Amino acid sequence: MELGQKIKCEADRTAGFGKAIAAMPGCERLGSCIQCGACSGACPLSIYMDQSPRQVIALVRGDFKKQALSCNTIWLCSSCYACTVQCPREIGITDIMYALKQCAMSERAYPAGLSIPILARQFVRMVVRRGRITETRLVMRFFLQTNWKAAISSWRLGLNLIRTRRFGIRQQHIKQHLELAAMLAQAKNANAGGSP
Amino acid sequence: MRYHYFPGCSLKGLGRAYDESLRPVMERLGVELAEIDDWNCCGATAYMSTDHCNACALGARNIAIAESSGPGDIVAPCNACYLALNKTRNCLAGDSATRAAVQKALAVAKLTYTGTAAVRHPLEVLVYDVGINVIKRNVVRPLKDLKIAPYYGCQLVRPHCSFDDQWNPTAMDRILTALGARVVDFPLKTRCCGGSLTGTAPEAGLRLTHIILGEAQRRGADLIATICPLCQFNLDSYHDQIARRWGPARIPAVYITQLMGMAFGLPTEQLGLKRNFLPADKLLAAT
Repeated sequence: MELGQKIKCEADRTAGFGKAIAAMPGCERLGSCIQCGACSGACPLSIYMDQSPRQVIALVRGDFKKQALSCNTIWLCSSCYACTVQCPREIGITDIMYALKQCAMSERAYPAGLSIPILARQFVRMVVRRGRITETRLVMRFFLQTNWKAAISSWRLGLNLIRTRRFGIRQQHIKQHLELAAMLAQAKNANAGGSP
Repeated sequence: MRYHYFPGCSLKGLGRAYDESLRPVMERLGVELAEIDDWNCCGATAYMSTDHCNACALGARNIAIAESSGPGDIVAPCNACYLALNKTRNCLAGDSATRAAVQKALAVAKLTYTGTAAVRHPLEVLVYDVGINVIKRNVVRPLKDLKIAPYYGCQLVRPHCSFDDQWNPTAMDRILTALGARVVDFPLKTRCCGGSLTGTAPEAGLRLTHIILGEAQRRGADLIATICPLCQFNLDSYHDQIARRWGPARIPAVYITQLMGMAFGLPTEQLGLKRNFLPADKLLAAT
């Protein structure tokens, strides 16, 4: 029988991780969580999560960085803010999910086989280059990179989009896209060092 | 009444029927929408997942351009844009470090953010600036006998909205009543539609969409009224996949502005109703 570690221990902790997340914008009240689970109850996606939102809060507070960043929870969060408005301790749970996503993105620590972060990455690239999103192109690029079979099986959707004249293939862009890219590079530099 | 108009990428793409119907309806009500010059993507949820400061800089550029072009509030019809721009405003008001970094980034484009222009949703403008009575006066073809489920989606009312309730908003219910429709009691009105998960994690995303459609069906709705391009797309585009997994729930989803346009007697072809996958036949027959 193969043995695997079932319970987290001191060696799994990354000291200072919880404090670093709590220092990020909107996450200030992390420490006041009473583990009531109202967030998990309000979350429409918690039934698909490997750690409930309540558990994620506990993992972050306990400095279990690896477990917090590698769960599917933060990526299944669709930012509906149900948890945030339901929380009796007024914790910005959605913002904590965002902070964890930012951290996982910058360290490429998201779970393998999950395509949601790839869409986010492609979205950002298109905005930096063009200033606007052309949805049809973004979705096609996403499927080509992650699951080309799905792209083929959604031919009916594509045909329907053509039929309803919404299959916009021409890339939308702003006039000052170079200026915008320079602006974003400037803001990114200001951000460096802020992420745990 | 003059506003800066932030259509957002969806209203130029998959959700263009929203833009097409919003403009003539607002014009009929005396609301002038001046599109913000060279506006950029709001960043939505994807940018916020990557970089907080950059996400704020994206929103701030749009607001700063609007502010520099004259007084007036900003109207953002897409729920995700409405949330992203309001989130930007709230972050910049409460977080001086982010504000300083964003101002420095804006300086690259010779822009300054002042925070004077509020970001508002058409629902708020319709109910509080135009007024229900004015809407009622413009109705020439009441939507009588149509049972409509008002679906607000999540990102309009949570967490930055100041004009309606976070779980049980009523602005759209009031407009629908003014149009002569029968408003279906719809407790899932702010439940998430699945957002982009319908594409990235369909097992979970489509189930969320199915729950909204199924509940509207159980409650006898003929139509679902929406105010967000992503909600409308999800509710309209996956009927075959949903039917295969959970059985059919074929209820057409249209924008509130399309319903208003029909009730105001505007020409059908101006309202983008042909862009629906599932056509709103009952609406077209009833008016």
